[in-house]
Amino acid sequence: MSKLADPIAATAAGPVRREKLARALFRFRQSRLSLLGAAIVALVLFFALLGSVLAPYPDDVRGSVSTAARFLAPSAAHPFGTNEVGQDVLSLTMAGTTVSVLAGFGVVIIGSLLGTLVGAVAGFAGGLVDEALMRFTDLVLTIPSLILAMAIAAALGPGFENMVLAISLSWWPGYARLVRGEVLAAREEVYVTAARAIGASPARVLFRHILPNCLSPIIVKMSLDMGFAILTVAGLGFIGIGVRPPTPEWGTLLSTARSYMPDYWWTAMAPGMAMFLAVFGFNLLGDGLRDVLDPRGRR
Amino acid sequence: MLQFILRRILLLIPVIFGLTIIMFVIARLLPGDPVGLAAGANATQAERQALATEFGLDRPIWAQYGTYVAGLARGDLGRSLLTRRPVAQDIATYLPATLELVLAALALAVILGVPLGLLTALWRNRWPDYLSQVVAIGAISMPRFFLGLLLQLVFAMWLMWLPLGGRLPIIVFPPHKVTGFLTIDALLSGNGTIFVTALRHLAMPTIALSLSPLATIMRMMRASAIEVMGQDYVTTARALGLPRRKIVTKVIARNAFSATLTVIGLYFGWLLGGTVLVETVFDWPGLGLYATKAIVSQDMMPVIGVALVSGLIFVVANLLIDTAYGLINPKVRYA
Repeated sequence: MSKLADPIAATAAGPVRREKLARALFRFRQSRLSLLGAAIVALVLFFALLGSVLAPYPDDVRGSVSTAARFLAPSAAHPFGTNEVGQDVLSLTMAGTTVSVLAGFGVVIIGSLLGTLVGAVAGFAGGLVDEALMRFTDLVLTIPSLILAMAIAAALGPGFENMVLAISLSWWPGYARLVRGEVLAAREEVYVTAARAIGASPARVLFRHILPNCLSPIIVKMSLDMGFAILTVAGLGFIGIGVRPPTPEWGTLLSTARSYMPDYWWTAMAPGMAMFLAVFGFNLLGDGLRDVLDPRGRR
Repeated sequence: MLQFILRRILLLIPVIFGLTIIMFVIARLLPGDPVGLAAGANATQAERQALATEFGLDRPIWAQYGTYVAGLARGDLGRSLLTRRPVAQDIATYLPATLELVLAALALAVILGVPLGLLTALWRNRWPDYLSQVVAIGAISMPRFFLGLLLQLVFAMWLMWLPLGGRLPIIVFPPHKVTGFLTIDALLSGNGTIFVTALRHLAMPTIALSLSPLATIMRMMRASAIEVMGQDYVTTARALGLPRRKIVTKVIARNAFSATLTVIGLYFGWLLGGTVLVETVFDWPGLGLYATKAIVSQDMMPVIGVALVSGLIFVVANLLIDTAYGLINPKVRYA
């Protein structure tokens, strides 16, 4: 059946899609803020990949300690000073990018997959299944997400994977509601009736026809969520749940720095500013992507 | 209207059951050893067993849940494994501190965010509007705990204008408890000095907590004001020759605000969670700090209690918002 449809798709949809993409790219480039966001995100991803290698004092990242160099104020050799065990704060912050970005991606991907699955099934099945799944979603939404994530993280125990899983488990309801709405709207479209008429199975209709058409709002939400996911990861680190030292992580670095305020204030500056910059970049980029991909949200 | 409110209140009962079941399931996932943590490193096997029996932790989970639900009906939220104090009593102590902070932050966000959003809508696509967009995204991106630390550093440690943390200095005797909000209680007892002191303690945590909702409310208000400005009734008002000032305040502001109101309700729930980090930074003795301490020592009863109470507050707040929505906008009153 699909063989019949394919040639038409190849001739008609190809150029249309390319033109759409070109137009979207043009719109994206028109907005200087989105470009700034993209540049910051590129920088953040670069440091996430190579931060621990490019760090000026790679030994410090691996946990080497030098009591002679404790609490050195910012200087040319240590632009952001050194911490309580004489490690270079800039090096630790650069290396910390990896954990934050990886955890952010992990949370957004796992959270969106879970939420999409729940929302798609609820919207497509309708009736009692829809009612049950959405009441459960609403219930999870009423618990403040940070408290829920903290409780799950504490229950699962420390470690990177457990932290990502804990935040993801508090992250999916937003996607479930978004996707359910999209699926409900798409269910009534003519192409769905057409797919049904040629005998496509319900699973095929949902996953091959409906979901691909709901992708833009999901991608927009994922890009807008990335910054908040990084913030949540750092928040858990700040409270003391999450990645264990010596792995450098921004929230943990900031939490340690807090106990040496105000005399050694510089230990807080690099991780705090890195956090702000990374989240700012992802938020600018997400805003730009929303303008391009989701014209309804544009004003 | 009354029927609507009653129906919504009845809906709270399944919410209570659902919330407690979810939290019980999470508490049972625990691979940790809460009894061992509470009993201490030197406890003998018999002492641990005694503690587990005392708190019923050796019974099957459904029996524990049954006891918990039975206690709920009496307003009993169980006891903390660590301090052995009743959770309900602890929450009653810490909840007012959190509510005072959250409501102050929300009030600041609404009072500044709504007019600013309206202004940027009127200045649409001119430089103040662009600037406000960048500032708003920046404000949302600022980690609350880093902002809190910066505020502490500048205003408490360097300039020494404001106290570092807490609600009141230890040497100050708190006012007679009526609402639990120190600022209001101080006013009620007519004590101006304590009122000012409490307000000074409240200032920095409120700013740190409100920045992100302020930015969001401003952007929401801008978007809905721009949408309202394109409506026919605004053109009609203009055609009737209403003064511009009146159109903005009576027609645009009122209609745009009712759309923003929903966001405010959602932000209330967000703030209840977001306050955890701010309370940690400012040693604010509220629910967030209480929950954090319990979570770190795997003391699950307080965690379940906090999740239940904040979930219920969130639901009730949104009920109030929905009611207010009907008062502001007559169109939805009988829907």
